[in-house]
Order: sequence, then structure tokens, then C-alpha cells
Amino acid sequence: MAILLDKDTRVLCQGMTGWAGTHHVTQMMEYGTKVVAGVRPGKGGRSHLNLPVFDRVAEARDATGANASIIFVPPASAAAAMIEAIEAEVPLVVAVTERVPVLDMVRVREALAGSRTRLVGANSQGVLAPGVAKLGVMATGSERPGGVGIVSRSASLTSEVVAQVTAAGLGQSTTVGVGGDPIHGLSMRDCVELFLADPGTDGMILIGEIGGAQEHEVADYVAEMRPLKPIVALIVGAHAPAERRMGHAGALALSGAADVAAKVAALEKAGVRVAPSAHLVGRVMAEALARVS
Amino acid sequence: MRLHEFQAKRLLADYGLPTPRGAVAMTAGEAESVARDLGVTPLAVKAQIQAGARGEAGGVRLAHGPAMVRSAAEAMLGQKLSTAQTGEGGLTVRRVYVEEGVKAERQLYLALLVDPAAGGLVLFGAAEGGGDIEERERAGVLSRERLPLSVGREPDAGELSAFLARIGLEGALADKAAALVKGLRRAFIELDASLIEINPLAVTAGGDILALDVKMTLDDNALFRHRDLASLRDEDEADRNRLSAHRDQLNFVPLDGDLGLVSNGAGLGLATLDMVKAAGGKPANFMDIRTTATSLDIAHGFALLLDNPSIRALLVNVHGGGMQSCDTIAEGLGVALRRSGRSLPIVVRLAGLNAEFARSRLKNFGCSVIEEPDMGSAAIRAVSVAAGRA
Repeated sequence: MAILLDKDTRVLCQGMTGWAGTHHVTQMMEYGTKVVAGVRPGKGGRSHLNLPVFDRVAEARDATGANASIIFVPPASAAAAMIEAIEAEVPLVVAVTERVPVLDMVRVREALAGSRTRLVGANSQGVLAPGVAKLGVMATGSERPGGVGIVSRSASLTSEVVAQVTAAGLGQSTTVGVGGDPIHGLSMRDCVELFLADPGTDGMILIGEIGGAQEHEVADYVAEMRPLKPIVALIVGAHAPAERRMGHAGALALSGAADVAAKVAALEKAGVRVAPSAHLVGRVMAEALARVS
Repeated sequence: MRLHEFQAKRLLADYGLPTPRGAVAMTAGEAESVARDLGVTPLAVKAQIQAGARGEAGGVRLAHGPAMVRSAAEAMLGQKLSTAQTGEGGLTVRRVYVEEGVKAERQLYLALLVDPAAGGLVLFGAAEGGGDIEERERAGVLSRERLPLSVGREPDAGELSAFLARIGLEGALADKAAALVKGLRRAFIELDASLIEINPLAVTAGGDILALDVKMTLDDNALFRHRDLASLRDEDEADRNRLSAHRDQLNFVPLDGDLGLVSNGAGLGLATLDMVKAAGGKPANFMDIRTTATSLDIAHGFALLLDNPSIRALLVNVHGGGMQSCDTIAEGLGVALRRSGRSLPIVVRLAGLNAEFARSRLKNFGCSVIEEPDMGSAAIRAVSVAAGRA
């Protein structure tokens, strides 16, 4: 079992005909993901990777029954692509594109409000459900099906933690990269909520860092829910170089060490186990699960 | 991209932001002639650096008459100014802004920014602005009001006037402030800003409101649609290393230790920094190789470290992913080492996509590296190697 994805997820790709789209869609199909269509304005009616290409998301959805989209559109038009998928009521959208202007992401958030879409990203490596499907750009090979859910703000650290979890004799139910940008779709808290409701997830790992309030949102949620499933967190950036500040508006953002300490304290208070170092996350998860069973 | 006060005031004038009359000067002579043209007294002479808290550090001086303006400018230009926000060492003052001195009856605070917690634009305000706003916030005596604004819709008139009343602006002042906020919001959206902060916003005895200081940051990711604004970047103020690294698709921040660090991805980079510090090491830098970096970009990044004589060892911690594989990074390291000819201990930890291929690439380049299987042990080993232990 997994969150967000299942065996029947039918995927369309916006921006499939470019280099990144071609490469990663090929890899997703090799992994067993059901990719059913591509969307590229102006190239409707052609085919690419033996898949039909459409001009519009709504057409592609109607013709193929697609219920998820992955976006490889360049930054200048990435927000328009996300909004098109939201307006076409695609239930799950993963945006891989990096460096999307922040106000464009605010516009996307305004389009998401009250919609039927769950957006992962932008600047996300995507969603991987080992043995089920891959909707993203992550490398595969060290994952294996299992019960650990992983939600992360960092792609490279996710690959690392997946390998640690597997090395500890466990597997993953789903890994989700919520994206590295300040304004994005699905939050860490949303993912924790989905993992708690998923019978295939026995425990979860939260990979957080300095900046933002997502880890605090998770801490508040967990403190309220008091879940039985163990949660392990890693918060990196205690020694991040200090940014030279501009004015007072960022005064709420504390220094790296203070910010990390506050997140660790809030999570621990809520009953989350915080890994003492990045190389120990898999081991801490294994110990926590052993204690439950 | 940060802007100078004079640049921000010039841009925002087109959106109706009221500011004192003034002009920028690059020499003391220019400052004096600006003072003559303005023809009023007193005047404020303000160092143009991209950081706040200038007033407390002597970067804002009140001058009576052109001669005093000249000597104030002389005292600042070419000097380093170190404030609570510049970090140690300070920033060199290359321009001053000379403007009419304004007697403020009240000083407020107003800022518009993209707030991650709210997921959108938020207007912040406080009835009492000024330089000590942060201390008051920390001490819990500042009440900062907030009003979420939409990018797609004009602010609701009732909500905006209620917000302004909470920071002490009512009647005719509130009307002026509402127009100011609407102009700021339009500027923020049209110019793709990520921050506009007015501190202080002065209320004068005559019932006017004036922005005395403006801090403004533009979204680097949106500069592609503002070619005209990209030219405002002050290359002097951006650290040269940081800038050249940025061009090379790396996120590089120099620090002052002896162990050079290279990782792929910001998260893994931060984790590496944390592990090195925990092992008692002294990082010489933070470097995150972005997914779009080529092996040549990466070679440039390694060259920055190899050219730094205080670096005594390197730690390369890579977990190859779908967008950046280990062999590309090995290739970058090999090229940089061959070009530099420098020999120093290199601790390498390679995992994930193409780790095996990366090992053979390093061998082909003739690189001798110390390989560790796990990133925890790699950090400990690198710290001990940099300290001269094996």
C-alpha cells in the first residue's frame, strides 16, 4: 500500500517532449508506472515514446482517463502548466520544475484553494511507491517495498535515507518530496496525515531543515493526534552559514542553530524521535519500530 | 537580488510612493551639489549599503548646509560600514543618498512580503517603527499586525482600513496610507519583488506620510522577465566567489575553516556541514552542486576550493540521484585536480546512482582518494585528516 499512488494511477506528462520529460518518462515507464499521454501545446495529434500527445491537459484527461500529471515545463511557463492541470481537475500533480518565480507559486496556491487537486512541489523530486509506481525523477535501486513513509524537503537526503532504511532491513511505503521552495503545494503535515491513515505505513520519517514553519506544523499536528505509529525526524542546517539579512522583515527567522533547536524541541515534545545525526536515521527508525511491535 | 535604498525609492516613485526629495552621489563633491540643488536644511546623508541598522552604526548623518553634507559624505565614502546586519567586516560605502531631513511626529513600520507560513502575500505593520523594532519583537513588546493580500484581487477596502486603524492610521491619513499600500502591492507584483519594507514610515506634523527608508529585494527566479531590472545588481556587494559559483550552477558560501566540503543537493550539503561540526571539524565552505550542473561547472567549484590555501583536505559526500549522478561529480573532481596540480587528502563517500562508475572514473584520472562507505565515518575521517591525523 502507498499514499497518493496506486497500481492503477494513470499518468500524463506536461512537457514530455523535451529532454527531461523524455528521459524521466522513459525511466518511469521502465519502473512500471502507467504513463498514458503527453501534453505539449502545438504538438497535439503526434506521438512520442509511443504515447499520444495532446495540446491541452483536459483533452488528454478525457481521452485517456489520466488521473495524475507530472510537469517538466520550464520555469517561465511552469505555473501556467500547474494551473491548467488544476483547472482540468487532475487529482494529483507533481511539479519537478526548479526556480519557478515565487509570485507564480502564490498564483498557483490561489488556484489550488478549493480545487480537487493535490499538488506536490514545485521543485520536487516527486513521489515513489516502491514496487507500485514512480511519479518523479528520483534514482531507483536502493528502495524496497515496506512500511516506512518518508516525507522530505530535500531530494538528495531522501535518496540517502531510503538507502539507510533499506540497509536497516526495512522498506518504504511511499517517499514524497514536498519541494524545496518556500511556497509549494502539499505540506509535510498533509503527508503525515496521509501516512497516518494509510494501513500500509507502519512508521514515518520526516526530513526537515532550517527555515519555514512546516516542521512546527507537523509537531502541532502530532501533539494533537498522539499517533501510535512512530515518527522519526531529521532536521539539518544547525550550522548553516548565516545569510546577511535585509531589514527586519526576516527577524522571525532565527539563526540556524536556534531555528533547528526550536524545531527539534517542538517535535520531541510531541513525541517524535529526532535522529542525532544524518547517518543514523535508518537505525533510529528500525529501533522505534522494534519497540512498537 | 537586493536593491539599494536609492534604487528602491526610484522604482517605487513610479507607483506613487511618497518619499523625501533626494538624489544619489558617488563623490563628496556630488553630494555637496545635490545639497545645493535641494536648497533646504537639514539634510540626511545616508550610506548606500545593502543592509539595515545603518543609523546606529553612523551610516546616517544629519547635516546643516552643503558644506556639512560634503564632510559627512567624505567621512563615509570608501569606508567600511559595519552594522548589526552586515556581518563582521562590514560593507564598503560606494554611494551616499542625500535627502531632505524630515521631522516625523510618528514613525510606523510597513512591510509586504511572501510569507511561506501563509502561502501568499502578507502585509505587516506596526504603530511604532524604527531601528530597535527587532529588539522589541524579541522582548515581546512589539505588536506586529498582519493582513494577507491576494495577488489576483485588490485588497478589500474594509479589511485594509481596519488593518490601518490597528497601526494608528485613521481618517485622512488612512486614505493616504491605503493608496500607498495599493501602490506597493502593484509594484510588488509587477516588479516580482520578494520583500518591500518601509521602516520608518513617517507621519509629519502637516499630515503627510513619507517613506524615509525602503528595503527591497527582487526574486532572482523572476529576473528573466525583467531584463531592465537585472542591471541594477550591485556586483560589488555580492561576494565575488558566491557570484561566480552561482553562474556555475553551484550554491557556494565561503566559511573560514580548513576542510573543503562538496555535496549534491542543499539538504545533503547541510547534513554534511552538521556532521563535520559534530565531529569537531572546521568547514571551509558550504557547497551544494545543483541538479543542472555539468561536470565543467563542478570542476570550477572544486577549483575554488583547490585555490584556497587554507583548505587542508576535502570531503566529497555524494548521493547520486535521478538528476545528478556520482560519475559527473567524479569527472568534475578529476578535471579540477588535473588542472590544479595540487595534492591534498580527499575523503570521498559515493553512494546511489553510478557510484561504481564514479570510482572507475576517479581511478582513470589517477586521483588517489580515501574512500569511506558511510557518511558518518567519512565526516569523522575527513576531520581527522584535515587536522593532520591519518
